[in-house]
Amino acid sequence: MSELTATQRLAIIREKGRPTVHDYIPALFGNFLELHGDRHYGDDAAIIGGVGTFVGKPVTVIAQVKGRDLEENKRSNFSMPHPEGYRKALRLAKQAEKFHRPVICLVDTPGAFCGVEAEERGQGEAIARNLMEFMTLRTPIVSIVLGEGGSGGALALAVCDELAMLENALYSVISPRGFASILWKDASRESEAAELMKITADDLLRFGVCEHIIAEPAGGAQNDPILTAENISDYLAEVLPRLAAFDTDELLRNRYEKFRKIGVFADMG
Amino acid sequence: MAIEDLFKVVKDRSKADSKPRPEKQKKQAARIEIPQGLLFKCPRCGAVAYRDDFERNRSVCAACNYHARISYRERLDITADKDTFRELDAGLCSLNPINFPGYEQKIAELREKCGMNEACVTGVCKIHRYETVIGIMDSNFMMASMGSVVGEKITRAFEYATAHKLPVVLFTASGGARMQEGIISLMQMAKTSGAIARHSEAGQLYVTVMTDPTTGGVTASFASLGDIIIAEPKVLIGFAGRRVIQDTIKQQLPDDFQTAEFMLKNGFVDMIVERKSLRSTLSKIFRTHNYTRDGDYMGGAAQ
Repeated sequence: MSELTATQRLAIIREKGRPTVHDYIPALFGNFLELHGDRHYGDDAAIIGGVGTFVGKPVTVIAQVKGRDLEENKRSNFSMPHPEGYRKALRLAKQAEKFHRPVICLVDTPGAFCGVEAEERGQGEAIARNLMEFMTLRTPIVSIVLGEGGSGGALALAVCDELAMLENALYSVISPRGFASILWKDASRESEAAELMKITADDLLRFGVCEHIIAEPAGGAQNDPILTAENISDYLAEVLPRLAAFDTDELLRNRYEKFRKIGVFADMG
Repeated sequence: MAIEDLFKVVKDRSKADSKPRPEKQKKQAARIEIPQGLLFKCPRCGAVAYRDDFERNRSVCAACNYHARISYRERLDITADKDTFRELDAGLCSLNPINFPGYEQKIAELREKCGMNEACVTGVCKIHRYETVIGIMDSNFMMASMGSVVGEKITRAFEYATAHKLPVVLFTASGGARMQEGIISLMQMAKTSGAIARHSEAGQLYVTVMTDPTTGGVTASFASLGDIIIAEPKVLIGFAGRRVIQDTIKQQLPDDFQTAEFMLKNGFVDMIVERKSLRSTLSKIFRTHNYTRDGDYMGGAAQ
């Protein structure tokens, strides 16, 4: 596995031509049917959801949509979901629970959308609801960070039994640029922030936030999208049967414990 | 991007909150000697009042009814029955998971200044003789941002309440996730939400009281998950920072944007309750959720 810095990986995931869910969904899943809408307000194109098969078995897929060009990005709001996107995700997750199929979340977002309508429709509530509901969803959940995992907007699809990251993917509490802008009042120190924040897959593996790293071809997924999809497929083929073998109560206990133990503090009694 | 600038927004408001700008202070000093802290200037309406009067009024602006920020001690004093509070997990202290420069020192200074180990205090108390778990966030401590300790204390508070079949009342106030702890702080959102899910599945009641300011990752986790959500009048409640939104949409935002009243109108809080009525409101809520009061005769078979 390559020894790149966070800044170098940031450049790789921003490269034009990096594969997105538009590439991965057809490559990974058969019989895919997209399902639309949150049944309350609308349909958010920043999140694609639907049902399909993986190695012959039904799965639910929920994926954040980075566009491959400006037109696609305009349609999917640069992968920044509104509350109805998170509510669609929750609806499809509950549907997966009912029909006993695993949920696969593909995470790729700079963050939840910041706007007047998003606030009016309860962006905070929508994310919070997903965190709570996904924590007790009685079916296996696997989340994979494909590129950018930004803040609560990513976490809302990343409460899971196992989190995997593509080798160059980053996952952070806020974008490095935002971090520099807030803490140092200087957005140009983005690269310094990226190094300090510990946001690479290796860092997150050490923190116990991520369980598995999926290899990318040299130079990044864009250099061989098919190989990258195969690597993702190999991981899913391994993890899904492993999670399916757990009794549901045990699965939920493990999921709770996975998050329960994350925290760094001293107890002075 | 999502919670970008929140700290700035909250800091700006906090500055407006606490003291007049240095230049103004100088001008005032030239004119008349006013001991510092004698006056309170409302950050919402600009009205000025004697601090004593303002504090006697439970730190509520008499002119516009803005419910100002108060310390966890003041909150405890006006909320819990006298001498019933027992603190839980008081010894939890922050470390520095991503080695953020100067973080330990900042925490040490705040511990000294605020007289508390972290931004949130949890414990057990009685309110109108109803026993409850209580959590109070104090915005004086690093804008009550949520790092490992805040996440752990809230999680433990819910676990304690689940084990002892108690309700939980949380007074939320926060600038959001604590950036200085990196991804670890983001994970506290999931951790606390998981503990709330278990408390909820056990059939126990969780009441959120949103106070000034409730924003970012705290709005996007435990603050929004109460069975009943109360807000104090005129307080700031939102997910994204006002400036970030303004930069996105390039137009002025309405005055009531991201206030308690805005949240009520849009269906995200159950009620706005004034500080002076809060204890009796909580008491009614406990009563209507079948919690029994210490010392009440419940009828039926004696236990």
